[in-house]
Amino acid sequence: MTAAAPGAAQTFRWRRRSVLPGFGLSLGYTVAYLSLIVLIPLAGLAISSASLGWAEFWRIATNERVLLALRLSFGAAMIAAIVNTFFGVLVAWVLVRYRFPGRRWLDAAVDLPFALPTAVAGIALATLYAPNGPFGMILDDWFNIKVGFTPTGVVMALIFVGLPFVVRTVQPVLEEIERETEEVSATLGAGRWRTVTRVIMPGLIPAILTGFALSFARGVGEYGSVIFIAGNLPFKSEIAPLLIVIRLEEHNYAGATTIAAIMLIISFAMLFVINLLQSWSRRWFGHV
Amino acid sequence: MSDAAAMNPPVKKKRRRTPIGEGPATRVVLLTMAIAFLAVILVAPLLAVFLEAFSRGVGVYIEALGKPDTLSALQLTLLVAAIAVPANLVFGIAASWAVAKFDFKGKAFLVTLIDLPFAVSPVVSGLIFVLLFGANSLLGPWLEANNIKILFAVPGIVIATIFITFPFIARELIPLMQAQGTQEEEAAVSLGASGWRTFFQVTLPNVKWGLLSGVLLCNARAMGEFGAVTVVSGNIRGQTNTLPLHIEILYNDNNAAAAFAVASLLAALALVTLAVKTLLEARFAGELAAQRRH
Amino acid sequence: MQVRVENVSKHYVGIAALDDVSLTVAPGELVALLGPSGSGKTTLLRTIAGLEVPDAGKIFFNDVDTSEGRIQDRGVGFVFQHYALFKHMRVMDNIAFGLRARRKGKPKESEIKRRVMELLDLVQLSGLERRFPTQLSGGQRQRVALARALAIEPSVLLLDEPFGALDARVRKDLRRWLREIHDRTGHTTLFVTHDQEEALELADRVVVMNKGKIEQSATPDEIYDEPGTPFVFSFIGESSVIPVQVGNGRATLDERVLDIDIGGLADGPAQLYLRPEDVVMMPEGPGIPGLVVSTRRIGGMRRVTIECGLARHRIEFDAPAEIPIENTQRLTIRITGGRVFGSGEEGYETERLASSATSNFKWRKAEA
Repeated sequence: MTAAAPGAAQTFRWRRRSVLPGFGLSLGYTVAYLSLIVLIPLAGLAISSASLGWAEFWRIATNERVLLALRLSFGAAMIAAIVNTFFGVLVAWVLVRYRFPGRRWLDAAVDLPFALPTAVAGIALATLYAPNGPFGMILDDWFNIKVGFTPTGVVMALIFVGLPFVVRTVQPVLEEIERETEEVSATLGAGRWRTVTRVIMPGLIPAILTGFALSFARGVGEYGSVIFIAGNLPFKSEIAPLLIVIRLEEHNYAGATTIAAIMLIISFAMLFVINLLQSWSRRWFGHV
Repeated sequence: MSDAAAMNPPVKKKRRRTPIGEGPATRVVLLTMAIAFLAVILVAPLLAVFLEAFSRGVGVYIEALGKPDTLSALQLTLLVAAIAVPANLVFGIAASWAVAKFDFKGKAFLVTLIDLPFAVSPVVSGLIFVLLFGANSLLGPWLEANNIKILFAVPGIVIATIFITFPFIARELIPLMQAQGTQEEEAAVSLGASGWRTFFQVTLPNVKWGLLSGVLLCNARAMGEFGAVTVVSGNIRGQTNTLPLHIEILYNDNNAAAAFAVASLLAALALVTLAVKTLLEARFAGELAAQRRH
Repeated sequence: MQVRVENVSKHYVGIAALDDVSLTVAPGELVALLGPSGSGKTTLLRTIAGLEVPDAGKIFFNDVDTSEGRIQDRGVGFVFQHYALFKHMRVMDNIAFGLRARRKGKPKESEIKRRVMELLDLVQLSGLERRFPTQLSGGQRQRVALARALAIEPSVLLLDEPFGALDARVRKDLRRWLREIHDRTGHTTLFVTHDQEEALELADRVVVMNKGKIEQSATPDEIYDEPGTPFVFSFIGESSVIPVQVGNGRATLDERVLDIDIGGLADGPAQLYLRPEDVVMMPEGPGIPGLVVSTRRIGGMRRVTIECGLARHRIEFDAPAEIPIENTQRLTIRITGGRVFGSGEEGYETERLASSATSNFKWRKAEA
């Protein structure tokens, strides 16, 4: 909420006056830190990719291997985000509304992908879904689905990584829902299904969309959890971040920078969309 | 006007949990689906780590942990975390103070900047520092001339880790401090307290649980960062290997048991982090709720 | 629709929210459930609505036991203190919600629209049907909530502190307006309030509750003029209470006989409850001597607080404003009314702040 000075004499106020001290110090430190850690390095990337020239940039970007890697990263992230949205809402619902033994621990478990290093998750998932791993065998024998070292494996890893984003975004909104609107809905004669879909869900949509976007954004860039299970075959099961690492090892900085720039642009676009969603929901629903 | 006598003694009704809500059958189905999903997706990998770690027996496990490469990787990981977490703590506090207690133009942009590392791939995060400090970058020649090694050495790893993990504490604190508003601080200032006193005696106690939670997550992430560190470190065994990188090397060397042994260390750390968070939240649930809903 | 509550009890963690409560509401009555917080009035309302399940007892709507059956089928119109409007739906969709949710007998969409407009007219909000709740004032939101409840043609209308979230002026207007709506539509209505003025002004009958029990259920006049228990006496209107002795069929204060009817009370210590109008100042002559400790103007009268008797009991009464009365003045009063209750029954207690005379705190005068 930025202040607009009322009245005729319009002095440009870029911040609202406050009695609390420490604004200069805290903001100054914050901006300095961000500049050093974020802005300057990002500028470096921008400069590097710009220095390539548009033609070269385009040539690298439309290379078949690059395109396929990008398609895998984005496609798998999309599928994983959809799965996470569905199950994430379910998990959030169950955690908020039901009481059962071990609920707190289950709630803590949702944070596991946040706290567990990606490499650890990576080797664990690879072992589980490998053709001779427990889940890999079950899926292969019963459903004829091969997961290990295939794009499907990428999706599984991204489901793991992105789940908490949906749950943690939807959970607080669910907790804040007034029970009274549900009670009123019941007294007015609405069955449970109608109450859930017409009264409760609409309020959750912004949070669900935000969770989806966060899960998707995270999945696109994920590296450590994926490379062990993915197979990493060029043109087939190679994710974009891996391609960047390969290019770096080849000292092909132009190639690495190009792919990174593309991914960064899309990341920013996602961030922008997420923020739009959040401010839209704040306007209509009064909360994120 | 009360009716005099009750004709029958009060009948104990069959207790329905609440009149508003899904039927019991629906509940069971939903609950089972949720628990099954979490078990397969989240819990199974965790179990796999420990099972695989001990699959060859405790002796092999301990031996794997004792190897000098492993120990130096552990040392480096701890060092990086010991630098990154406090630095990000200071930042998190400064940023949340500025954002939560003041109104200014560009606040939304600042908050977006803080969220940035979450949206950026860890590999890209590492890459930007390679572009900044690498041999053929702007700063590269100058660094080389002065014999300062950032990339493929500890400072590079520290910087990349700081980049990846700085949002954690800020993101935990900002909504918390925003929800609490400025009234208590304004009261303190009106009573004559200085800025520092207000911060330490009024603000900090109110956010201590959020702060602890953020620090725990930041630490877990700092110790476990993989993608960015891969790019930045050069993977030199015994020198610039953190624990996660070491895990990758062991695994690719077909030494799965050792890889899982080291992994189990980090998994144990993650579990401890989550357990402490949960216990704190359980013990201080009332306080936390009050803080959040101020 | 007659509502009958029979021996309903409900407990929360050892506390009795409702303790064997029985009540009958005649069709078309407007009944107020009045009491302090924790008295059980909201629990009773919610139990009648079906939002709470009683541990014991039954609720009957026109002699039909409501415990079997779903809330959705009870036909209860419920209005919450904080409106509980569906924020993401327009006003007209909020009001139409109950009609659209019907499985049997759902009217055609055109009929629904017609009813919605009719109701908007009734609550005087025509023209606002396309607005969202966030675009309405508090009073408007509450009227939408009422229209929404009326839309389903409820058998009973239940309102939970409907005006509690509104400012005083809006509250007064809406009060009057609710009474008019009730007279026009004739629904059986129960509303919960902690504001006695509201209850006495609006209701056909007032049910005073305390700690999960009904203290008294009577017309507003009866509640005020003939309070049945010390609680009702002290909760409604202004009151003072002084301890007296009962003996030989009379009540005495410090050996002075009081000229009041004590009914069939047993001998022993008792409590005399007084309203300001039960006390008269005697310019001269026999009476109870007292020392004035404070006075304040209330409208055309002066409210005087005096201390009487050896134990310095405080009594309040009103004197005409023209008579000058000051602190530390001595005067005589006579008690002309009030009710005596046996000791052991509790009145409505609020914390009494210590008077400054008894405090030892010394203020430092500010430098001039």
